[in-house]
Amino acid sequence: MIVLEKRPQPSKAWSYATPLVAVLATMVFGGVLFTILGKNPIEAIGTIFWEPLFGEFAFYYRPQLLVKGAPLVLIAIGLSLGFRAGIWNIGAEGQYIMGAIFGAGAGLAFYPLDAFYIFPIMVISGAFGGWLWAMIPAFLKVRFGTNEILVSLMLVYVAEQMLASVSLGLLKNPEGFGFPGSRNLQQYDSAHNAELIAGSGMHWGVVTALIAVIFAYVLLNRHMLGFHIRLTGEAPRAAKFAGVNPARLILFCLGLSGALAGLAGMFEVSGPSGVVSIDFNVGYGFTAIIVAFLGRLHPVGILLAGGLMALTYIGGEIAQSKLGLPAAAIQVFQGMLLFFLLAFDLLTNYRIRAARSEVA
Amino acid sequence: MTTPLLSLQGLTKAYPGVVANDQVSFDIGEGEVHALLGENGAGKSTLVKMIYGLVKPDSGTMLLRGQPFAPPEPRSARADGIAMVFQHFSLFDALNVAENIALGMENPPPMGDLASRIREVSEAYGLPLDPFRTVGDLSAGERQRVEIIRCLLQDPKLLIMDEPTSVLTPQEVDILFETLNKLRSEGTSILYISHKLEEIRTLCDHATILRLGKNVGECVPAETSARDMAEMMVGSTLQTPERSGRDFGGVALDVTGLSVPSPSEFGTALKNIHMTVRKGEVLGIGGVAGNGQDELLGVLSGEILTAADAIKFNGQRIGKLGPTARRKLGVLTAPEERLGHAAAPDMSLTENALLTGSVRERLESNGFLKWAETKSFAEKIISAFDVRTPGPENAARSLSGGNLQKFVIGREVLQNPDVLVVNQPTWGVDAAAAAAIRQAILDLAAKGTAVVCISQDLDELMEISDSFAALNEGRLSAPRPTTGLTVDEIGLMMGGAHGMEVAHV
Repeated sequence: MIVLEKRPQPSKAWSYATPLVAVLATMVFGGVLFTILGKNPIEAIGTIFWEPLFGEFAFYYRPQLLVKGAPLVLIAIGLSLGFRAGIWNIGAEGQYIMGAIFGAGAGLAFYPLDAFYIFPIMVISGAFGGWLWAMIPAFLKVRFGTNEILVSLMLVYVAEQMLASVSLGLLKNPEGFGFPGSRNLQQYDSAHNAELIAGSGMHWGVVTALIAVIFAYVLLNRHMLGFHIRLTGEAPRAAKFAGVNPARLILFCLGLSGALAGLAGMFEVSGPSGVVSIDFNVGYGFTAIIVAFLGRLHPVGILLAGGLMALTYIGGEIAQSKLGLPAAAIQVFQGMLLFFLLAFDLLTNYRIRAARSEVA
Repeated sequence: MTTPLLSLQGLTKAYPGVVANDQVSFDIGEGEVHALLGENGAGKSTLVKMIYGLVKPDSGTMLLRGQPFAPPEPRSARADGIAMVFQHFSLFDALNVAENIALGMENPPPMGDLASRIREVSEAYGLPLDPFRTVGDLSAGERQRVEIIRCLLQDPKLLIMDEPTSVLTPQEVDILFETLNKLRSEGTSILYISHKLEEIRTLCDHATILRLGKNVGECVPAETSARDMAEMMVGSTLQTPERSGRDFGGVALDVTGLSVPSPSEFGTALKNIHMTVRKGEVLGIGGVAGNGQDELLGVLSGEILTAADAIKFNGQRIGKLGPTARRKLGVLTAPEERLGHAAAPDMSLTENALLTGSVRERLESNGFLKWAETKSFAEKIISAFDVRTPGPENAARSLSGGNLQKFVIGREVLQNPDVLVVNQPTWGVDAAAAAAIRQAILDLAAKGTAVVCISQDLDELMEISDSFAALNEGRLSAPRPTTGLTVDEIGLMMGGAHGMEVAHV
């Protein structure tokens, strides 16, 4: 019989090793899945992990990694702070949409003016939009004790309706021949989140994501607020005893994660996407939850996890077009990654021991 | 020689890293009250779990009336006439007494028959109990009666009782002892587990003393002094805390008309509490658990806010100040629950030192943490309070209860508080560590700190406090000087027998 035995303290080695073990297990079981689907597993796995980085068209895919990874990392960093404290913002997707609407709206309000201050105003508006959307569940939780998971999740669907509404109404391109969607911000220089180095994929969102990683690292490891966040997650009663004000912490964590998700939306709409349209959001806000956990809620881990996730996205797309793998199989593959991570996580706190059956 | 009822021979049980019982042998005679004495962690619980069939011994044998006895599970131990009253009750609050008892039976009889059986047994043993009362409304003493009657219905030959008096007032203890004496006179053997020496001396015929899993001696308690038994238990000479006669200063902590609704559904509301503690005074607050101890600590620590002038510190109204502001002023607290309240289990000792030490030890500047200073503060606690751990980077939960308690108390004591409030400072702590903690509290008082010590250990309160008050259902009795207080008076302050009828034996 196998028994699990609680370790006297969490194993450091395993907490670093579990993400790697999880990736390996995902490759193995993903390979089995692809075999069952009648594909060559080695070729499929190779396509997903190798092609985007070192394949024939890597010059095109590598910048894509940054473009896809940056919003994931930016959102996941914000979420991770709340998750650390046991505050579950599941609605980053909605905050991302609101950030995009507010950011793009602020920029388009100046159209066709050319001024250096337009882009900064859009950045602030985008962050504000996300913050505002996150403040709804935060305020309801603090004031009435509602569940932030449900409220933030429901607000995603409200935000999607808002997005459809402004794409067809308020922000619709007057010169768009009646098609839904806003003016293309890529063609409006003052509002364009252009690549900082052409062809690198490096735009302001990537820079902001890196700054967020550093900021979160310092906050969690060197600042009282970060200590209180961790304390609240580990032992809420001890946190209260230490003098943490739970309401203030809820407002801070939800507000910050909303603002960062809003920023991600704003950088996306003013850069890679360019247009506020009905199908603007592609699920970054939900995938970022996976990224946050895959990165073990640690800023550096999230950076790596965001890269890995972007890789499976791009690699998955290549595998779809090149090998004809169904999109659902790629999603199962990504789901496996989170599943194995959570499963192997057990080894950080427990050790597996073969127990001899006791003599009756 | 007559065959003993139960004979244990060389029982050994090892867990990873620790030998809980090492070659333990002793006999329990028919109709004997046998005490099993030992500190926390001496292996008492493991031993009785083996007798009750919850744990299987690695080696050794048990003989019940000369027959080999190895119960594979509690059910078969019960079938052989072994019954056990656990320290923590397993009763459902929402059900009545008879329903609770029926739940524990293999084939419960119809409710009417069971109720009359319960009445019969309860009257025969002087444990009056109405089978149709809801358990949620019963006092701790009455709940224990339910557990005892549940056992007596099986007509046991051996009744095991694990720390039965820890939840009782002195009057309730008297009632229990009369019942146990009656059982003994009828030939039932009792295995009585406790670390309270005086009650073992009055009740038990024979005592076996365990230390670190080994049987280190046997004695006849009535003929052995409590001090000798304690030294056998601890294995060294006991240091009794010294307290020097001291003068009290002005009033440091003044609580007037404090009433707080219970913060949780199952908590106790505090009702109109008055108390003053002077500088250098130790106020002991006794009472059975669940009478408002946690709430009182929460109100004094600032976790529960109250009217501003209900609590005054050196004349300043602090009722509305949170924990951090109170720490800044010098009002420090140490809650009862070590893991999860006083300390975060998975965080290191350094981080736990920061938990309450950040304000007074200046471990932060502008919100940024000074880890080096924090680490040396943690190291200071570890060395000053002899906390056994490889170092401050270890997680709080890796420490034993006693060591973590020393750390938690040490963390507050070393911050030089003006007022220190502790709840159950030596709960679950071995005797040597308990003595060290009590001494630290007394030393602090000698330096002029006003101390409030909430505890359920009356001996401890008598030892260290200058005045005594009791919490009963959220009300605090008027504090009285400790010297000259009798056990009877203390019992009455704690609520007497909680309305329980006295046994008619």
